[in-house]
Amino acid sequence: MTRSRRFKLQLFRITIFIVLGAFFLVPIGAMLEFSTRGNAINAPRNLDAWKNIVQTPELVSAITASLELAVITCLAMLVLLLPTMVWVRLRFPQLNRAIEFICLIPLTVPAIALVVGMVPIYRWININLSDSILTLAFAYLILVLPYSYRALDAGLSAIDLKTLSEAARSLGARWGTVMLRVVVPNMSSAIVNASLISVALVLGEFTFANLLAYENLQVAINYVSLVDAGTSIAVAVAALLFAFALLMILSFVGRPPVPVAKAEDAEFRVSQTVGLSGGLIGRAGR
Amino acid sequence: MTAAGSTAIAAAGRPIAGSRRLSLSWVGLVPFFIYTGLFLFLPTLIIVVGSLTTKDGAFTTANFSGIAQSYLVKAFGASIVISAASAAVGAVGGALLAYAVATGNPRGVLRRTVTSASGVFAQFGGVTLAFAFIATVGYTGVVYLFLKDHGIDFYPKGVWLYDLPGLILIYTYFQIPLMLIVFLPALDGIRPQWREATESLGGGTWHYWRYVAGPLLAPSFLGCTLLLFANSFSAYATAAALITQGGVIVPLQIANLLTSETGRAAPGLAKALALAMIVVVLVVTTLYTLLQRRTSQWVR
Amino acid sequence: MTTGASAAGRGVEVRLEDLQRRYGAATALAGLTLTLAPGELVALLGPSGCGKTTALRLLAGLEEPDSGKVVVDGVDVTNVPANKRDIGMVFQAYSLFPHMTAIRNVEFGMQLHDVGSAERRKRAGDMLELVGLSAHAYKYAHQMSGGQQQRVALARALAIEPKVLLLDEPLSALDAKVRSRLRDEIRRVQLEVGTTTLFVTHDQEEALAIADRVGVMNAGRLEQLGPPTTIYSRPATPFVAEFVGLTNRLAGVVKDGEVDVRGARLPLVKPDTPNGPAIALVRPEAVSLVVDGDTVPSPLVGTVIATAFLGATSRITVDMGDGTVLAQMPTSEAGALTAGTRVKLALRKDPVLIARDESKPTEA
Repeated sequence: MTRSRRFKLQLFRITIFIVLGAFFLVPIGAMLEFSTRGNAINAPRNLDAWKNIVQTPELVSAITASLELAVITCLAMLVLLLPTMVWVRLRFPQLNRAIEFICLIPLTVPAIALVVGMVPIYRWININLSDSILTLAFAYLILVLPYSYRALDAGLSAIDLKTLSEAARSLGARWGTVMLRVVVPNMSSAIVNASLISVALVLGEFTFANLLAYENLQVAINYVSLVDAGTSIAVAVAALLFAFALLMILSFVGRPPVPVAKAEDAEFRVSQTVGLSGGLIGRAGR
Repeated sequence: MTAAGSTAIAAAGRPIAGSRRLSLSWVGLVPFFIYTGLFLFLPTLIIVVGSLTTKDGAFTTANFSGIAQSYLVKAFGASIVISAASAAVGAVGGALLAYAVATGNPRGVLRRTVTSASGVFAQFGGVTLAFAFIATVGYTGVVYLFLKDHGIDFYPKGVWLYDLPGLILIYTYFQIPLMLIVFLPALDGIRPQWREATESLGGGTWHYWRYVAGPLLAPSFLGCTLLLFANSFSAYATAAALITQGGVIVPLQIANLLTSETGRAAPGLAKALALAMIVVVLVVTTLYTLLQRRTSQWVR
Repeated sequence: MTTGASAAGRGVEVRLEDLQRRYGAATALAGLTLTLAPGELVALLGPSGCGKTTALRLLAGLEEPDSGKVVVDGVDVTNVPANKRDIGMVFQAYSLFPHMTAIRNVEFGMQLHDVGSAERRKRAGDMLELVGLSAHAYKYAHQMSGGQQQRVALARALAIEPKVLLLDEPLSALDAKVRSRLRDEIRRVQLEVGTTTLFVTHDQEEALAIADRVGVMNAGRLEQLGPPTTIYSRPATPFVAEFVGLTNRLAGVVKDGEVDVRGARLPLVKPDTPNGPAIALVRPEAVSLVVDGDTVPSPLVGTVIATAFLGATSRITVDMGDGTVLAQMPTSEAGALTAGTRVKLALRKDPVLIARDESKPTEA
């Protein structure tokens, strides 16, 4: 590339990064500023709003509930999805397309629409099973399906499942052993990917919780804002930082330890997942 | 057994020794199908059936004609306008950002940071996002107060943040990162040799974009814009946090119908609206997939 | 296939004068001077990082030199951008525009030169016929094999009747069989059209097979420039001797204009080489073997380790005790030389080159 063109390009890049960087970082900064404002006009800054988080029982219980939901959903996802995907690959490869299609359906169904159909189901659940907020895990698992599927699929594609499982079986391993001690260790990064995505999604979810009348983290933030804007913004910032930390971990962990050619393909698909996940993840939370 | 299951049985060509083993294999798939059947297909079924029946169970299309009421039509219009506008702005902004990223070091820190940050910002939605903007450009927001102190008041006729323009602005906050994420692969697929080949054949920057890069990227760009549209159309939480009263957009209308007395009296309407939303998003997403497939044929 | 001057006589003279290019601390080109005669095909040969691709890109105008001049047809084009230099270029990979058919690809350059559409189509058709791909005119890149894509790329580059044709390792990404066929194709077309051509490659067989002259490059410098036969039989530096063809390194002593290798005295390429211990670089085909039945001891004896059958010739690896030597001879003479046979070596009295570095004495 000629020098003048390279120069113009760098100028363009710097401009874009500065302008968009400002657009994205200023609101974050504003949130920090807002949440540390003093009580009177010129009062000094303080962390009262932040301290208030732990002093508001509603918030604490909502945070706890969301964290519990995140863990439950993540475990449920692994227990349901991974064995099914392995089973399909080994025994019913012709069903691969069908499973993929089913798992990707939630991408095209807006959460706000799906929840309309969930209302009667949850009415039944509340009456006959439990009215705990943790029953939301059933619904969250659906929301999490597409992203987890993509992440696990990338991981499964990178290993030779058939050979590994046959080798293990021929040595006498039962299916439980095959799953726990052969498949899982070889897909550790894909599993971590899928888990982190699930956790991030559950923590950011608002639509289902709000319209099914549960109080999770996001609903609590919304509710508290009517009373104490500063505190609710403090929680929002905390949640945001947590999500950022999760996705940063994701971008470093999500690298499968396999030979180069396959790794590139797998990495491409994982990055697509991260991308897609990052992209559409908050659909329920938007 | 689902339709997929019975097809699979018919298509299971490979003979498996012993029919008992065959049926045992099927057990492995049961949990998944039961679960998705109950929590994915059943709600959808409820929506479809509910939108086509009256409260007493008779078939009707009244729910759909109910959508034609003026306030709902207005909500649809607003949804479409906001989605289209935020998709357009997000697409252009995101494409420019993607170009800035793609022309840098593919393994560099900048690229990884921007991509990860985009992952975060694209998921940064709903309640937290609304509050971030209120804190920034709300009536007591940092930027608004700062500019007001320096003579610039951008709410001359009232605060528009809580109305259509505000939603469009806020939506771009997650549209731009989403565009980066879904459009970047297409840009990565553009080989430097094509630019150099164009130059060697006598073409300049304009020729390159007009005849080579433009046509190559157009399907993907269009597809990604459609994806942004679908994304914006489906968004609920941000508006819910921002607009406490009123049903400006379709998701808010649905929420109203689910939580209000009048809404509960006409359950079919909510379902009809939900179905309408599903159809719109489905159509748009299908177009996106087709366009992406076109691109990947060339650019990989 | 080096039949000398072009037929069509379209070619122009190209001069690269003392081109230098650095990337940060690394020197890509340390002063390259090279003149291509009209219609000539010069191959730049060397390992990766030697600067050959940089030289090509400087000639193309895709990079700017730190200093030096590029002169095409008497005109100094050093500061002229690539798209105004009237060059044709074929890349190693991803040559073709994927969204255009073959014939559209070929037409594209002409379209950029404002050639009318009817004329474009006709010329494109002629060019595709020249490279033998008329039947594939309406195919896309992903529907063609690598070799076919490169041929279309060649047609596209020549369609605009450029002053210079630049080929950047065009065969490196192809299968071996396709490679040898295609390189002959390229040479045939080049001779027919007569365009001055610069061909960059790391494959010495390619370079020797089709070039009028070969320039061997190493670490940003041109080590030797000359006809393929000269490069091969009279290498000017140890690098050239070892990069092009196979070479045996035999320990010996230089004395008075000759090198003594265990009793055999060989003339030197450079008779003024100072006396002292040295490594003589001897080609395998200069080594002949005779089954050792003699009772007269000779210092040049060894045992056959392996025989590689290469068709018309065979390559024999001989263990000399302190290293191995490769000998190459017609297969008909190699019959008795099975593994384990003791043989006597005779070295043909070709002038040899001397290397002075401290590596192992006898190594092939």
